[in-house]
Amino acid sequence: MKRMTLFCGHYGSGKTNLAINYALMLARKNLPVALADIDIVNPYFRSKDSKDLLEKEGVKVIALPFANSSVDLPALPSETYSLVEDRSRYAVLDIGGDDRGAYALGRFVPYILEENDYDMFYVVNFYRPLTTTVDEAITVMREIENACGLSFTGIINNSNLGAETTLEKIEATYERAKELSLAVNLPIVYVSAEKSIAKEDMVAISLQKRPFEI
Amino acid sequence: MSEKVLMKGNEAIAEAALRAGCRHYFGYPITPQTELTAYMAKRLPKLEGGVFLQAESEISAINMVYGVAGTGKRVMTSSSSPGISLKQEGISYIAGADLPAVIVNVQRGGPGLGGIQPSQSDYFQATKGGGHGDYHLIVLTPSSVQEMADLTHLAFDLADKYRCPAMLLADGTMGQMMEPVALPEETNCKVEKPWAVTGTEMKREHNIINSLYLSPEVLEKTNFERFERYAKIEKNEVRYESYMMDDAEYCIVAFGIAARVAKNAISAMRKEGFKVGLIRPITIWPFPKKAIREAADKVKGFVSVELSMGQMIEDVKLAEECLRPVLLCNRAGGMIPSVDQIISVTKELVEGGRK
Repeated sequence: MKRMTLFCGHYGSGKTNLAINYALMLARKNLPVALADIDIVNPYFRSKDSKDLLEKEGVKVIALPFANSSVDLPALPSETYSLVEDRSRYAVLDIGGDDRGAYALGRFVPYILEENDYDMFYVVNFYRPLTTTVDEAITVMREIENACGLSFTGIINNSNLGAETTLEKIEATYERAKELSLAVNLPIVYVSAEKSIAKEDMVAISLQKRPFEI
Repeated sequence: MSEKVLMKGNEAIAEAALRAGCRHYFGYPITPQTELTAYMAKRLPKLEGGVFLQAESEISAINMVYGVAGTGKRVMTSSSSPGISLKQEGISYIAGADLPAVIVNVQRGGPGLGGIQPSQSDYFQATKGGGHGDYHLIVLTPSSVQEMADLTHLAFDLADKYRCPAMLLADGTMGQMMEPVALPEETNCKVEKPWAVTGTEMKREHNIINSLYLSPEVLEKTNFERFERYAKIEKNEVRYESYMMDDAEYCIVAFGIAARVAKNAISAMRKEGFKVGLIRPITIWPFPKKAIREAADKVKGFVSVELSMGQMIEDVKLAEECLRPVLLCNRAGGMIPSVDQIISVTKELVEGGRK
């Protein structure tokens, strides 16, 4: 396991939920871990939504005080630098969607490369309209790499249809995920699914709680 | 219908517009509808004849819509509340020139710059004019991501059919939430547009797109003719969902996100033995007056659930002709009524009814 784990991918691919679950997994192994909300694209649905849960489990949360406060401010706190400077802690980075979101990562890249102890996972949901095909998924992947200056080290197949997700729906994307993996020469590190339907060989994800039932 | 995909409401509107043959989009980013503009920016340049333009302001964007609408091409703009206010002059011109166009408002809390959380407080603006002069927009209100797509498609068809602008009135929740959606098939405009400015090739009289009339007699005539068309829309295009109304003694009226919360409140109240139903307007202009009036003969009262200080409630009261009490259950400024709040107000109505 690398010291830094970065979750990047298409807008709405599930990066935040995965990053939170990953950070919780590390914390539950009694490892020191910080999670940073590095989303400068979307003012809603931020990892900061789960701050209370994360802190209760021992995860340090680094997020702008304004994140999810209705102040639509695309900025990062100075504390974010502790992720690269303090090597005593595991760091989980939740990056904003697409190339636009990945630009924010650029300023940390020299430090990340210098330390060279990171994984950058490409989160893909083949049920998202702009990444339904392998070619589209590759396009988005390359756009992100070009924007931030880091290369991906693995793929997470997080294909889902929200509340209508079934095992069959997930399995129907295996072929595409394999094709993507071969085309870009990267391993599929996880297949993730919501915990109520996940099989043993999948990573079970607890979803962030919705504020109300609709 | 194609294989389902997982989309944000804003993206569903954009993709549905493209599938309805819209190749011209002019806009300016604003939360909470920015994904729509971003989606168009990504997709339109890749399509044949596709034009995406981020204008320097909402005012210029709506006037670009006016221009393209005059050529008969399907065209769209979108914004959120403050931006829609800026567009009002252009919308009035488009209505005055009898042009079809689709305008999307993903509402946020107001007035003024307000906030970025969801709201329905542009109801008056959308249904009672907004801009100057005697005109209406056909106003459609989606309540799911699927309807974001379906009603966008319908908005283009209705705008073309009746030569008038149509508005999709959503809110920040609808724009931001993700749900599975089956996208509509590719289609395009089905009606002839002999009025469009497409070049005469010296074979016909030139067409004129205009909303200026120097003779008041002629201007009056255009108004009366336009309202004959509006009468047809009121007759033919009212849409609403009737939910658990068969045996209902109390009727909730709510649209968009409010209707979804209301359905949860209804299930809870039904379990307690209260016979509550819902009329969910899908068009708020034309408003489902007849459905409300007919319900008034059967129910003991109405609750209007809104994310505003109470705007639709006026139409509910007009429609039910003061036959029954109408209570307001509302939150404002970006807040959403809770299931408990709806139950509590509906029970107030029940108590009042038993007095």
